[in-house]
Amino acid sequence: MDHPLLVSYLRWIVLFPLLGAVINGVFGAKIQERFGKNGISVVACTAVGLAFIFALRAFFQLTSLVPEERYLLDTLLRWIHIGALQVDIAFAVDPLSGLMILIVTGIGGLIHLYSIGYMHDDEAYWRFFAYLNLFTAAMLTLVLADNLVLMFVGWEGVGLCSYGLIGFWYKEQANTTAGNKAFIVNRIGDAGFTLGIFIIFWSLFEAGHGTTAVFRDLGHLIHHLEGQMVWGVPAATLAALCLFVGATGKSAQIPLYVWLPDAMAGPTPVSALIHAATMVTAGVYMMARMHFLFSLSPVALGVVATVGALTALVAATIGLAQFDIKKVLAYSTVSQLGYMVLGVGVGAYGAAVFHLMTHAFFKACLFLGSGSVIHAMGDEQDMRKMGGLREKMPLTFWTFLISTIAIAGIPPLAGFFSKDEILWLTFSGGHPFLWLIGFVAAGMTAFYMFRQVFMVFFGENRADEHTKEHLHESPPVMTYPLIVLAVGALFAGFLGVPPALGGSNILEHWLEPVFAGGHAAHHHVEVIEYVLMVASVGIAAVGIFLAYLIYYRRSLSTETFTAVGGGVPYQAVFNKYYVDEFYHATAVRGTLLVSWLCSAFDRNVIDFIVNGVAKVTGLVGWAVGRFDHYIIDGLVNGLADVTFGIGNRLRQIQTGNLSIYLYVIVGAIAVSQFLPRVGADILLPVVMVFLSLVIVVGIALWLSTRRIQWRLMFTKEGVSELR
Amino acid sequence: MESSILTLMIFFPLAGMVAVFCLPSQAKDLIRWTAFAFTLPAFFLGIWLYQNFDTTTTALQFVVNVPWIESFNIRYFVGVDGVSISMVLLTAFLCPICILASWNIERAEKGYFALFLLLDTAMTGVFCAMDFFLFFIFWELMLLPMYFLIGIWGGPRREYAAIKFFLYTMLGSALMLVCMLIFYFQAGSIEGVGYTFDLTQLPAVAQHFQTEPLLFGFSLPQIMWLALFINFAVKIPAFPFHTWLPDAHVEAPTAISVILAGVLLKMGTYGILRVNYPLLPAETFFFAPYCLAALGAWNIVYGAFCALSQCFTEPKDLKKLVAYSSISHMGYVMLGMASFTPQGINGAVLQMFNHGTITAMLFLIVGVIYDRAHHRRIDGFGGLASVMPVYTGVMGLAFFAAMGLPGLSAFISEVLCLLGAWHAYKIPTLLGALTVIITASYLLWTIQQMFLGQPREEYADMHLSEINTRELCMLVPLGAIVVILGFYPHAVLDLLDVSLQGLNEVVLSSSASSPDAAAVALR
Amino acid sequence: MDGLLLDIGLRHFLFVSLIVFVLGLYCVLTRKNAIGILLGVELILNSANINYIAFSHFSSGNYDGQVFAIFVIMLAAAEAVIGLAIVLGIYQNFSSIDIEAVDSLQG
Repeated sequence: MDHPLLVSYLRWIVLFPLLGAVINGVFGAKIQERFGKNGISVVACTAVGLAFIFALRAFFQLTSLVPEERYLLDTLLRWIHIGALQVDIAFAVDPLSGLMILIVTGIGGLIHLYSIGYMHDDEAYWRFFAYLNLFTAAMLTLVLADNLVLMFVGWEGVGLCSYGLIGFWYKEQANTTAGNKAFIVNRIGDAGFTLGIFIIFWSLFEAGHGTTAVFRDLGHLIHHLEGQMVWGVPAATLAALCLFVGATGKSAQIPLYVWLPDAMAGPTPVSALIHAATMVTAGVYMMARMHFLFSLSPVALGVVATVGALTALVAATIGLAQFDIKKVLAYSTVSQLGYMVLGVGVGAYGAAVFHLMTHAFFKACLFLGSGSVIHAMGDEQDMRKMGGLREKMPLTFWTFLISTIAIAGIPPLAGFFSKDEILWLTFSGGHPFLWLIGFVAAGMTAFYMFRQVFMVFFGENRADEHTKEHLHESPPVMTYPLIVLAVGALFAGFLGVPPALGGSNILEHWLEPVFAGGHAAHHHVEVIEYVLMVASVGIAAVGIFLAYLIYYRRSLSTETFTAVGGGVPYQAVFNKYYVDEFYHATAVRGTLLVSWLCSAFDRNVIDFIVNGVAKVTGLVGWAVGRFDHYIIDGLVNGLADVTFGIGNRLRQIQTGNLSIYLYVIVGAIAVSQFLPRVGADILLPVVMVFLSLVIVVGIALWLSTRRIQWRLMFTKEGVSELR
Repeated sequence: MESSILTLMIFFPLAGMVAVFCLPSQAKDLIRWTAFAFTLPAFFLGIWLYQNFDTTTTALQFVVNVPWIESFNIRYFVGVDGVSISMVLLTAFLCPICILASWNIERAEKGYFALFLLLDTAMTGVFCAMDFFLFFIFWELMLLPMYFLIGIWGGPRREYAAIKFFLYTMLGSALMLVCMLIFYFQAGSIEGVGYTFDLTQLPAVAQHFQTEPLLFGFSLPQIMWLALFINFAVKIPAFPFHTWLPDAHVEAPTAISVILAGVLLKMGTYGILRVNYPLLPAETFFFAPYCLAALGAWNIVYGAFCALSQCFTEPKDLKKLVAYSSISHMGYVMLGMASFTPQGINGAVLQMFNHGTITAMLFLIVGVIYDRAHHRRIDGFGGLASVMPVYTGVMGLAFFAAMGLPGLSAFISEVLCLLGAWHAYKIPTLLGALTVIITASYLLWTIQQMFLGQPREEYADMHLSEINTRELCMLVPLGAIVVILGFYPHAVLDLLDVSLQGLNEVVLSSSASSPDAAAVALR
Repeated sequence: MDGLLLDIGLRHFLFVSLIVFVLGLYCVLTRKNAIGILLGVELILNSANINYIAFSHFSSGNYDGQVFAIFVIMLAAAEAVIGLAIVLGIYQNFSSIDIEAVDSLQG
């Protein structure tokens, strides 16, 4: 692990589906027009198929190495190298991701095949496969990423594809709303994820032993987090909780699980691939990948385990009362994810991954089976209108049944081994109460799953005549994937047979190099383990039997249960505990209110101030303008007017009569002869007095012509008159 | 060639303006093509600049430094370093695209394109100028064409918007002018410096300022920092100086919105990095927690909420939503650059570049639909995805890029900003990180209302034609950059890193004292 | 005769000049006819000429006065030409050379 084996083919595991997505996304419409829908499916399935082949190659290369050195690395591109942050676009395969890529490309490939049949009548066929390929690429990026930042790329990438595929039939408002909900709820988790990265990065930095976001180095450095505090909380705990918030978003845990049931609005293969087998397990995978961090913080682990167990129980109770065939499976998925998270929370990372794998098989099979049913029923999803499909759709029925038995936890099918291991490790890890919750939820799981089987495949067909006529088994391209998955659901469990049952737990050993630092599984056999095993099989049997009584034999009325407590518990469960309503009333409305307030503040306060300042400035300007107009301009104009007035009076002297001029000239000369001879010192004052007299006389003359001028200037009517 | 490249980039559009003036005003197509042709040289020179830029030094490159007005020692001093290179390239890249986006201008084309080319010159000049006076000249020169471009070719309330924009900016400019003169005269009083506007010499002036309190307990350099900050904050635009932006965007023609959001807003943060950081480093360190980090975080949150409100309150204007989202995204820049970490400051400048490309895309996309439907109401469409699928695809790329989706360019820069900021300011960063939820909400809601669902009856009969080649020519290059930088951000980061780390060190080394108590509270 | 002639001195010339001047002035002030006024002006100028020559003969001993008198005669001729041209212009405009009728310069 310290010296990863450098290879250069891992990139193709991601690049092939990405290439397929680009081809189908950009040229898909043209391909579909030119070569028909087969052209699209060839591109898409080849891309995933090639990725699967490279995944197998990686897997087998891993097996050829000694366990401690099972680590392949392929650095594709220098990505972000700034300061201490040195991350590349690099893909790494260790036993954990090696297993995951097989699940993603394997089950993903089967679902691609299934989609050829399921989506065959859809106009936007190319768009569907482009999304599906893009999703596969993003999921593989998430799994193969060798650092936290690149993992986040895949993390949001799968969220984007999930959004696009939930709202695939975008003409329906409800579908797009569900897509928005999924994306936004996941964004809450994503914010937590990023904060987790920040805390890890900087707390390690402050610890002074170097920092990194690369997983294989984090494993060595992470213990330096001990002693680091953020806001008075140990950094490890806070980082783990932040990452866990991310996980609750993606893996649909309390309190962020609400998006997953709504996500069933998408086409059924999407529900199988994204919302059952792969994407929703990303949170579990991420926590397993970061197990060294979670192991540092018992507090965080406690929170994780509790949330996981509660989710398992709450989702199971809601699943009891749903009638939509896909909603039941959705709540079942939430519940099973709860088990996985519980597994992580008690440090049983291997068991969590084991359950992740088995769940991928049987839940994908269940979803595809339900898709087959919906397809046959003409897009009907209400189980109350189904029934008796066993004869019409034998292959679908048998594969569905096998998967149901597997999820119910009946040995020796897959679900028994994985679920039981989690429950046993919970109990033996010192969490009997959490075990009890998981134990009860297991019983409910068996009940609601068999309720579904009985309602859909047994009894009378309650559909209308038209639908009945068209009932048919799905084409082979849809049923073959079902068979492969059912086989997986039958036998995958044997990879993890516990020592108590004489197995060697191959999977646990395979994952050991990854989880070396985690809680070691309890290898010694205890009597109590057998007791618990029997108990969980027992409660599953009880659940199945109840379902049999109520929905097959009908010897027990549903009202026996719905009427308990005046129907309040049933109503609560039926309405999903009103969580959606609660979130809508608080978070959504609160956000909208804040946004409305901000906007109103912007318009009414800030703009008011700005416009107010402008108005005040305008007012001052107006006042200055008035002052300018009347006082300053008044003086200037007044002077001009005075001069004009004087001139006006004086011009009357100018008669234009030559004789008078001549008389004046002669008279003046004559008079001047008699004036006394005086010096300049007397002359100057005389002239000035004379000029003053002239001016005074002039003003008097001028006022007599414009006598109303001053009054006009200082009265209102005068102002308007002047304008 | 080496040294005159920046001069050519600055003044080629000006030559274009003269050329456009010489054309007869009836030759509309000729005017358009001429304007386009004169923005291309800058674009190609920009490519050359990109290839020949030395990424290993903090020194200025491609410098021209000649006397201009000798009696006041004002120099024609241009050059680029890591702080400005990305902005110069962005401007050179966006201008031809904006000319293409202006193809539909139908009134006084000659004046429009002439003013646009003048604007191009002024913008490039601002990013290249290294003489404070020259910087100021270009800064003011930019206002004039912008005022007319909004005020003449804008929407119904264009005069209000143009005047609001003008007055806001003039307020800032006046403050900057005063600070510039204080620097000039202070420099003149120092032995060995002398009267100068040279931005590379003025850092030596800062320590000669009086440090005793002058006004409200702030010293002279602190007041100057605030004055300069207000000038730049108007451009960013930072709360509470932001209200000109939604109005200006709503009224401006498409291409002007693109320039406004793509280039002009960056001048605010660029100015802070170019002027406040090196000239007043100690004050920068003192004020960064409040004026940059806290205000930046508030910008992020407030802008996002205001944008969200556009989804459900009148006027439900898509352009207004994008304008508010710009305010929100520029907050990341402020937050990042306040952190004085390599990640933060690199992220900030990268975010400036990325926001330039992504918001340009968003406004172009708004313009495309506005050209066809002649309105921009978010609730006035519906089901566009089935009417205009290619357009919807391009829109998806831009919207998800704006959302900061990983794999696209804005993700890198936003994460770098937040990552860097977390080291210094925990609570602002927390707010910034949580806002991605709001961002996703308003963008997704918009997509749902406009593009998804059943097509509206009035648009169902293919009344809206699909996006045309010219419009794709504007959007595809931008989209390509957005995707490429998502996977290979070092195409830009390599240009920045050395210079920006140098800038960080200038600030950090000038502040021997630890941050005060209030700043610590932000942690 | 000689005695009579010898008795004629400067005073006599000045007296003649005065009479001519007063006649000219009277003519200028009282005539309504523009040409009459011009004639009056000629009289005034000639009275000045008499003064020039008289003073020159009786007091200075050189010929400056005579020279100036010749200048004045020339000037008077020029003045008469311009004056008559103006009068003609006035007549064309007003069909009259009565200066009472020509008061368009009145302010």
